[in-house]
Amino acid sequence: MYAKLLPTKKLTLPNGKVVVEKRPMTPLIIVLLLGFSYWSIQITGFDLEMLITRIGQFLVIIQEMLSPTWVYIPHIWKPLLDTIKMSLLGSLLGAISALPLAMLAASNITRSTWVSSTTKFVLSLLRTLPTLIVALIATYIFGLGTMAGTVAIYLFTIAYVGKLLYEQIENVNMDAYEAMHSMGLTTIQSFRYAIFPQILPNYFSTSLFCFEGNVRYAAILGYVGAGGIGLLLDESLGWRNYSNVGMILLMLVVVVYLIESISEHYRKKLK
Amino acid sequence: MNHIDKQYYLEPNRRLSQLITGLILVVLFGWSLSAIQFDQLTANGLTIAKNILLGLVQPDVELLFNFTNGVPYLLIETIAIAFLGTIVGAVLAIPLAFLSASNIVPKPVAIIIRLLLVFIRTIPAIVYGLMFIRVTGPGPFAGVLTMSLTSIGMLAKLYVDVIEDLDTSILESMESLGCSVMEKIRFGILPQLSALFLSIIIYRFDMNLRDAAVLGLVGAGGIGAPLIFAMNSYRWSEVGSILIGLVVLILIVEYVSNKIRTKLVRG
Repeated sequence: MYAKLLPTKKLTLPNGKVVVEKRPMTPLIIVLLLGFSYWSIQITGFDLEMLITRIGQFLVIIQEMLSPTWVYIPHIWKPLLDTIKMSLLGSLLGAISALPLAMLAASNITRSTWVSSTTKFVLSLLRTLPTLIVALIATYIFGLGTMAGTVAIYLFTIAYVGKLLYEQIENVNMDAYEAMHSMGLTTIQSFRYAIFPQILPNYFSTSLFCFEGNVRYAAILGYVGAGGIGLLLDESLGWRNYSNVGMILLMLVVVVYLIESISEHYRKKLK
Repeated sequence: MNHIDKQYYLEPNRRLSQLITGLILVVLFGWSLSAIQFDQLTANGLTIAKNILLGLVQPDVELLFNFTNGVPYLLIETIAIAFLGTIVGAVLAIPLAFLSASNIVPKPVAIIIRLLLVFIRTIPAIVYGLMFIRVTGPGPFAGVLTMSLTSIGMLAKLYVDVIEDLDTSILESMESLGCSVMEKIRFGILPQLSALFLSIIIYRFDMNLRDAAVLGLVGAGGIGAPLIFAMNSYRWSEVGSILIGLVVLILIVEYVSNKIRTKLVRG
C-alpha cells in the first residue's frame, strides 16, 4: 500500500532491460519516528538539563541500596513466603482452569464459532488488563490481603496460559482425534486420548513459565495492598529507608533467580 | 506376545516419578492455600463488585470523549511515555547488548554486563518509578525515565540472542571481496539485525504501554493516577470509562504490533 504512494526508481541495465527499484521505506520511518519523539518530548516534559543536574539523587538512592540492612531479613521472610504462596496458588488454579477454557476457545474442538470467538475475546480482554489494576480492583472486593493478589494472578494465568494453549490445540495433528470421534468416543474422551498427550509437555512448560513471571508480578502487588512483599517495599520506600529496600530487592532477586533456575531446568526436560 | 503388547512393554515406567511430582504439587498446593481468606469478603465487597460492573456498562461518556483533559488525553500521555521510554531504552540497550554478546567481547566482560542486566530486569518498574520521582518530581518525565531503564534490561537481553546468531560467513566473504570495516557493518551486519531488532522494539513498546498505564499509580504520569483517584473516591462510572479506554487502546496496539511484527519477521 505504502509502496504505491512512493515513486519508484527505474534503472536501465547494460543489456537494455529496465528494472524497477522500490524506494526504501527507511527515511520515511525515521522521519515519522523523529516526529513522534519530538511530540512525545513536548507532552511528557522531557528535560535533559534537569536529568543531568538531579541524577545525583538517583545515585544517592542506589548507594544506600547497595548497603542493605541485614538485620531486616527476619521481617522479610513471611511476606516473601506470602508472595510465593500467592503466585503458586494463583498459577496452579489458573493453569487448571485454563484447560477447559482453551478447549472452548479452540475452533477445531468447539464447533460453534460463536462460543469459540466469545471465549477468545474474553481471554484477550483478561490479558489486556494490567495485573496491578486487577489486584487493585480485587482489594475493593476481597479486602486487603493475599486473597486479592491471588485472584489477580489467577485471572492473569487463565488468560495467558489459556491463550497459548488454544493456539497449540488449534495446531495439533487432528488425525487421531477424528479417528476416535468416528469410533464413537465423545468429544471429551477423544480430546483426552488424542489431543491431550500432544499438548501436555507444552502445557506444563507454559504453566511453569507463567509461574516464573507471576512471582515477579506478585512482588509488586502488595503496593496496592494485595499482600506479599510489595507491602514492605511500599512501606520502606515511603519512609525513604533505601537500605531496607535494597535488602528486600536482594532477597527478591535471589528468590526469583532460584525459582527461574528450577523451572528452567524442568522446562528444558519437558522439551 | 504380539507386536502391540511388545510396544506396550517397551513403554518406560514413569509411575514413580509421576507419583512424586503429583505429591509435591499437592503439598505445595496445600501449603499455599493459606493465601486464601474469605473473612475479609463482606457484603460490602459484593456491592462494590456490583458497582464496578455497573460502572463498566454505564461509563462516564463525557469523560470518555473529552479530548482536552479526558480519557483520550490521558491515553495520549500514556502512549507518549511508553513511546519515548522505548526509543531511549532501545538506543541505550544496543551498546550494552554488544558488550554482553559472548561472540564479540571477552567472556568475563560479557558475564559482568549480563549480571548487571539481570539486576536491572528484576527490580520492578514501580520501584524505579518511585526512585525517579525523587529525581524529577512526580509527572510523566519520571515515567519516561522508568520506562527507559526497564526497557534497557529486557531489550538488551533479547538483542543479545540476535547478535549471537549473526551469520559470520557473510562477513568473511565480504572481507575477501575487500570491503572496509564500515561497509561490512553497513551491508553485512545491519541488514541481519535491523528487522529482528525492530520486531523486538515493537514488542517491548507493547509491554511498555501496559507498564506505563500502571506507573500512574505511583504518580509517574499517564492514566494510572486518575484511575486510582476515581477508585479511592468510589466514582465507578469514571473507573469504567478509564478502563474501557485503556483496554481498547491496548487491544488496538497489540493487534497493530502483531501485524507489523509478522510482516517484519517474514520479510
